[in-house]
Amino acid sequence: MTPFSYHRPEAIDEALALAGPDSRFIAGGTNLLDLMKENLLHPRRLIDINRLPLREITPTPEGGLLIGALVGNAELAWDPRIEARYPLVAKAILAGASPQLRNMASTGGNLLQRTRCYYFYDAQTPCNKREPGSGCPARDGLNRMHAILGASDACVAVHPSDLCVALAALGAQVHTQGPQGKRRIDFADFHRLPDDEPWRDNNLDERELVTAVELPPQGYAGHCAYLKLRDRASYAFALVSVAAALDLDGERIRGARIALGGVAHKPWRLVEAEQLLCGRRAEPAAFAEAAERLLQSAQPLAGNAFKIELARRAIVRALGEAAGGTPR
Amino acid sequence: MNTLAAPVGQPLARVDGPLKVTGQARYAAEFGAPGLLHGVVVCSRIARGQVLRIDAREAEALDGVVLVLTHENRPPVASYDKPYQDDDAADGSPFRPLFNDRVLYSGQPLALVVAETRELARHAASLVRIEYRQEPHQTDLLAVREQAHEAPEPPPAPRGDFAGAFAAAPVRVECEYQTPVEHHNPMETHASTVFYQADGGLLVHDKTQGVQNCQRYLEQVFGLQGRIRVLAPFVGGAFGSGLRPQYQLPLAVMAALKLQRSVRVELSRQQMFTFGYRPRSLQRLRLGADRDGRLQALAHQALGQTSRFEDFTEHEVDWSGMLYACDNVQLGYRLAALDVYTPLDMRAPGAAIGVFALECAMDELAYAASVDPLELRLRNYSEVNGNQGKRYSSKELRACYVQGAERFGWAQRPQAPRSLREGNQLIGMGMATGVWEALQMPASARACIDADGRLQVSSATADIGTGTYTAMTQIAAAALGLPMEAVEFRLGDSNLPQAPLEGGSATVSSVGSAVHQACLALRQKLLDAAQQSPASPFTGASLDDVAFANGSMRLKRPPYTALALERIVGVSGALEAEVRVEPGEQRKNWATATHSAVFVEVRVDEELGTVKVSRVVSAVAAGRVVNPQTAGNQIVGGVVWGIGQALHEETLIDHRLGRYMNHNLAEYHLPVQADIPSIEAIFVEEHDSVVNALGSKGVGEIGIVGVAAAVANAVYHATGKRVRELPITLDKLL
Repeated sequence: MTPFSYHRPEAIDEALALAGPDSRFIAGGTNLLDLMKENLLHPRRLIDINRLPLREITPTPEGGLLIGALVGNAELAWDPRIEARYPLVAKAILAGASPQLRNMASTGGNLLQRTRCYYFYDAQTPCNKREPGSGCPARDGLNRMHAILGASDACVAVHPSDLCVALAALGAQVHTQGPQGKRRIDFADFHRLPDDEPWRDNNLDERELVTAVELPPQGYAGHCAYLKLRDRASYAFALVSVAAALDLDGERIRGARIALGGVAHKPWRLVEAEQLLCGRRAEPAAFAEAAERLLQSAQPLAGNAFKIELARRAIVRALGEAAGGTPR
Repeated sequence: MNTLAAPVGQPLARVDGPLKVTGQARYAAEFGAPGLLHGVVVCSRIARGQVLRIDAREAEALDGVVLVLTHENRPPVASYDKPYQDDDAADGSPFRPLFNDRVLYSGQPLALVVAETRELARHAASLVRIEYRQEPHQTDLLAVREQAHEAPEPPPAPRGDFAGAFAAAPVRVECEYQTPVEHHNPMETHASTVFYQADGGLLVHDKTQGVQNCQRYLEQVFGLQGRIRVLAPFVGGAFGSGLRPQYQLPLAVMAALKLQRSVRVELSRQQMFTFGYRPRSLQRLRLGADRDGRLQALAHQALGQTSRFEDFTEHEVDWSGMLYACDNVQLGYRLAALDVYTPLDMRAPGAAIGVFALECAMDELAYAASVDPLELRLRNYSEVNGNQGKRYSSKELRACYVQGAERFGWAQRPQAPRSLREGNQLIGMGMATGVWEALQMPASARACIDADGRLQVSSATADIGTGTYTAMTQIAAAALGLPMEAVEFRLGDSNLPQAPLEGGSATVSSVGSAVHQACLALRQKLLDAAQQSPASPFTGASLDDVAFANGSMRLKRPPYTALALERIVGVSGALEAEVRVEPGEQRKNWATATHSAVFVEVRVDEELGTVKVSRVVSAVAAGRVVNPQTAGNQIVGGVVWGIGQALHEETLIDHRLGRYMNHNLAEYHLPVQADIPSIEAIFVEEHDSVVNALGSKGVGEIGIVGVAAAVANAVYHATGKRVRELPITLDKLL
């Protein structure tokens, strides 16, 4: 681990003034410290943001909720407003990590988790995400966990977050603040596909700080499901996960949201697939069509072809569960 | 009288439990001293080749970095293989860390950075640049299966005429199974703290299953006879990883000798994947039976991987020649060398994978012959170990089958696959037999009763979490009729009486026998001492005439005098007895083994392929159980690991890089609590007067054996799909 200086500002402006190419913001540290200990990241300056006033969950004028970036994952999952109005968020969080990690991890930090690609995590191997231009051994190597959608020649890694899959499905917005001021980023535009710049996970500027995540008014509380398929029952990253939410009018679908985790460099959502469901009866045949559409552009690697069929089945199952009423 | 009465047989809590839960039990990396230096290992990134240059200038330039140790500046070490061959060495030339510039496997230690703090050493280690000349490597067992050679320790000789009997058998099963590399991954990572003594000797705290094994290794490798003492009073799990001295030990010693200072080397979790492991195996089973499922022919061929420098052998196919009655048997065991480290015994070495293949094949035979899988085992039951042609000293496997089946409710199981379902879940029930050797090795123990009547018993064995402290205390307390609180057992110190490696499920059998005998010898001394006083009521009495109970020695005939042991030693002073116990001659005429019957229920999501083990019953016959609680823990822990073997565990290797890639506990999947159902361990009554004086066979390995097969068989019963390659991940069931 490279020696670093440590700063604990009290105000956002102060934190932003400290930020720069060799610095990193740290909140829970559940991912950053691992990355530093493994010699994958070498920040020379850590800016501890835990004293910044970003811990509140407040109602928005539109009827949604604004979640401060420092709200802990566990705190968020068990917040009564989240449980009642956004159970999809609660379920996604509780499907990830372990209680200890969820106690430490922050909302903002969850968005910035790095991939769990084996090669990214081993500094002794090439990785375009870690060392631009060094190559991608995963493309023809161990890629059972890797992307089936939106991958590039340079990178086939997937985003590991569960929370982000729910946030993508709900259409959250990310609030940020940087030297250029404040902005809001639609969740769909926050994370990036790898293309030829796989080292960029998202569209944040290096001096920009995530300050909050805004949930829209519609939480699909009555009809949502988060289904995570993985290699053991807990504490494993998703092979495929599905956040599904339905707005039902009797047996008819008024609106639908579907996002996939574990399949791409970002949570995967396709509005056309959701629109296919509008006006249809909530039944397996319709769900299968949506799944088909969502996965139309899927490209398997040597080790992960199963993910396409698994995702198809998981989408149908999750939509079926959502239609039956949010599982308790 | 019975010297194996209570507290032997009682389910007592661990005597070392309070020390562990209050943090007072200290492990190898927890011993410190002012000025202690910290070493961090730099490992190879290539699998085969030569080190051209190690550039440590940047690391050495840091203030507080004391030394970068490499093959070029290490202290002198032994030149021949023999000094490196420890008690668990495989055949060949043991690996020698920092010996020369050859790279033999990816992850090989190539440098040790020593600094004043661990953090600094870790940072400095990241600055060491190594230039290699890379050579083509091979790490894929499948690619070299045609180049395999006979294992140096051949399997039991063939018997009968396999080929003829197999060809003639009306029911035949022929299948191939694959099991992956697995790593031990005890919670405590390997570490050695070496204290450099004023006289140049070394006091070493090591994570090991054999302090004397490490002591001898260091004495031989560094020429330090009589100047090494190794301690390991507590070990945070090992499962075999501590059977051989691991490389952090000689590295720490090298640094200590070079600097004449105390040094600690602690491996990271990632580095726990840079030495021994359970080898990958390819196994072919051919079973021929009559129409009732009675075995006519059995062949079991296994191919295991090994390193280029040692031939690691384990008993992988032997079980197939001893578990069932069969006249025509052919066993084969070959090894293929790869650019990898040598495999290492890991819980139930050989049996965990060999019995998996055998017991899956037996299940396949049960379906081929349309016989209930349990009934098939009963039809092929054997009272004789066919490999040796000897009867078992005891074998209550039949009772395991009966009691396990009843507890599990096996009788309700329909034979046809896919016949049980609940919603999306297919339910399946499977069973398998487990078997392990009942070994005994020479061991010594010393028993000493002090003038206060407190008994101290000791032997240089280990407690790797198995309950050795507790079991030995029970054996000693029972032999001298003392309460548990009056007995202290000491272990994990190379100065103590000789003990074998703590492994192979042989510690109670070997060290327990020595403890028992030492305490019996001490009884004689107590009687002798009591007879010294004039007009002693014990005059003329022999050991048969006295009983030891409630802290006293009592005459079993009038006048029934009882004398507190502390009164005897109050007069005589402390008394001591030390014995060495060899395996009894009587063992030679018998086969000795532990057995189990494992019953498993699984629930498989038909569409999504997820498998949940919902129930396990394991019935075990292991002779006398010294402590049902700690022994029960062993069985339950073994079952958990068997579930992991069946469903989760696999060390993934990138063959192009020749490197293990999922080297952390997030990506190397062990089962977590949510994967584990209620597990019921049953010990059936088994009396054995042959295995050893205790009649106790040991339970460290048997818990895992057969579990993976029972899970795989249950998955077949649920889904109708045979998965012959572990682990059974959901993609294999889609």
